[in-house]
Amino acid sequence: MVKTLNLRYAYQNGDELSFPDIELTPGEHMLMIGPSGVGKTTLLYLMSGLLPPLRGTVSIAGKELGSLTRKKMDSFRGEHIGIIFQQYHFIKSLSVSDNLRLRQHFSKSASDKKRRDALVERLGLREHLQKKVTKLSQGQQQRLGIALGLIHRPKIIFADEPTSNLDDVNCEKVIELLKEEAEICKSSLLIITHDLRVMSHFQNHVRL
Amino acid sequence: MNLCYLAFKNMVSKPLNLLLSLLLLSLSVFLATFVLQLSQQFGGQLSKNIAPFDMVVGAKGSPLQLVLSSVLHVDVPTGNIKLKDVSMLQKHPFVETAIPVSYGDNHKGFRILGTETSYLDHYKAKLSEGRRYENPFEVVAGSNVAQQLALKLGDRFTSSHGLAVGAVDEHDEHFFIVKGILEPTGMVVDQLLLTNLESIWKIHDHEENYHEEVETQKETEEEKEITSLLVKFKSPMGMVQLPRFINQNTSMQAALPGFEVQRLMSLLGSGVKTVNGIALAILLVSGLSIFISLLKTIRERRRELALLRTYGFRTEQLFGLALLEGLLLALIGFVLGWFLGRLGIWGASQYMQTLYGYNLQIKGLEQLELFLLGLILIFTTIAALFASRSIFKLNVAKTLSDV
Repeated sequence: MVKTLNLRYAYQNGDELSFPDIELTPGEHMLMIGPSGVGKTTLLYLMSGLLPPLRGTVSIAGKELGSLTRKKMDSFRGEHIGIIFQQYHFIKSLSVSDNLRLRQHFSKSASDKKRRDALVERLGLREHLQKKVTKLSQGQQQRLGIALGLIHRPKIIFADEPTSNLDDVNCEKVIELLKEEAEICKSSLLIITHDLRVMSHFQNHVRL
Repeated sequence: MNLCYLAFKNMVSKPLNLLLSLLLLSLSVFLATFVLQLSQQFGGQLSKNIAPFDMVVGAKGSPLQLVLSSVLHVDVPTGNIKLKDVSMLQKHPFVETAIPVSYGDNHKGFRILGTETSYLDHYKAKLSEGRRYENPFEVVAGSNVAQQLALKLGDRFTSSHGLAVGAVDEHDEHFFIVKGILEPTGMVVDQLLLTNLESIWKIHDHEENYHEEVETQKETEEEKEITSLLVKFKSPMGMVQLPRFINQNTSMQAALPGFEVQRLMSLLGSGVKTVNGIALAILLVSGLSIFISLLKTIRERRRELALLRTYGFRTEQLFGLALLEGLLLALIGFVLGWFLGRLGIWGASQYMQTLYGYNLQIKGLEQLELFLLGLILIFTTIAALFASRSIFKLNVAKTLSDV
């Protein structure tokens, strides 16, 4: 499903980073661990085609990202890649429901209301659909952030430090949720973290 | 979920910014369209009303006043002239028609104009009811007078001296009788009560005789007075020779309505230019305010824009979003300002109706206004382009990782 080969990236200040090759089969879950500053987030953006690599290739679902035009890359990302951010990002002027619909905009599930309904039901966001995102509690925002990463049934979900700000109980909950939802939409899941609490939940580790 | 909806939501999420930009834009559109319409329609009204006549001959005084009073019926007359003095003009080879008019009385504020029935032909006024006047004290009412005073055929009324409502002297010995009502012409005729010259003479003969307690004696034809003579030339030579001849060789004056109205409009024109200048200045400020608000929006929403990139939005679409937000604002501002402008014209029309009897029309979107809209949209697009430069340089990874 996801395959990287000899990836290297050069920062603007000239520093170069090289990454180990990664391969994920469809539906596989994997943990990518390593101390902060080692380039985990950079790898995430390389793999989602938001940063161009200096060298090497990224393939997702058999497509080599480097071979796609910019336009194709953008719509490919919209359809097949889901990102769950450490710091949740929303469109603040829109309601919860509109944020979710917006995420579906470029996917095949653009008008898939069933998918939306089922997801908000499971994540306990049903009563909050019409609220502005800024009116949600911390926990609700987290769940919405997760929902935004996978509402469009992506082939691959990247989760960037999803548990870093959470206490143990919430950390467990978020991990369970991620695993469950990835299972339901049969997506591959790559969690980037330096949180040791997450490690016992996954067998598959890559160290950066 | 489409871009328009998102742009709209983004726009209304900052109500104060929105209010300021809208206020400035609609104010400038209001000023520009209002003044444009007002001057165009006012100028048009004047030109239309003076068109039937090339020259006015009346007592010495201000030529503009003579035109305003005798042709447009908005001012007081300069005085009277003797009918015999203008008889040579009526037979002059350069003159096609010369119509004497006499006035000075009103009925409830509407002027009673004594003239020949051919006056009606010059304004192409048709009767909607009844017939033209034939005998003294028969009256044909302009459509607006008839409507305002609810006049019907056969109605009788008296006149008062002077041209304004509430004059002291009532000529209550003579009753006018309505014999005909005119169709609307959109011209000054609509505001007049028309009768023949004899009616006017009879009222004032009687009055003089009554006051001076002199035996009724008929004035000779030569002694009859009129207020002015409205002339239409047969040949352009008349325009060249007659006014000068009259002004130099008689105790009367000749005024050219076309020339006087042009003079009046050029006086008004400088006022119009000033207001247009102000409107343009406000338009520039509003353009700047749209630019600043877009710039602010884009800066504040850098993270949201980066997020949209991860959702699959292309850079061009993000620019489209900013552009759409600006254009939406511009369009709403224009429509708001345009409606305010028309509301202003409606208000001005009510005002002018009571004062001068002129109606202004509420017109649809005019070409020049469409041009203004185009200008505003171009302005906005340029503003959006400048404001969006950072979108094209947006570093998604960096923007989203910066906490």
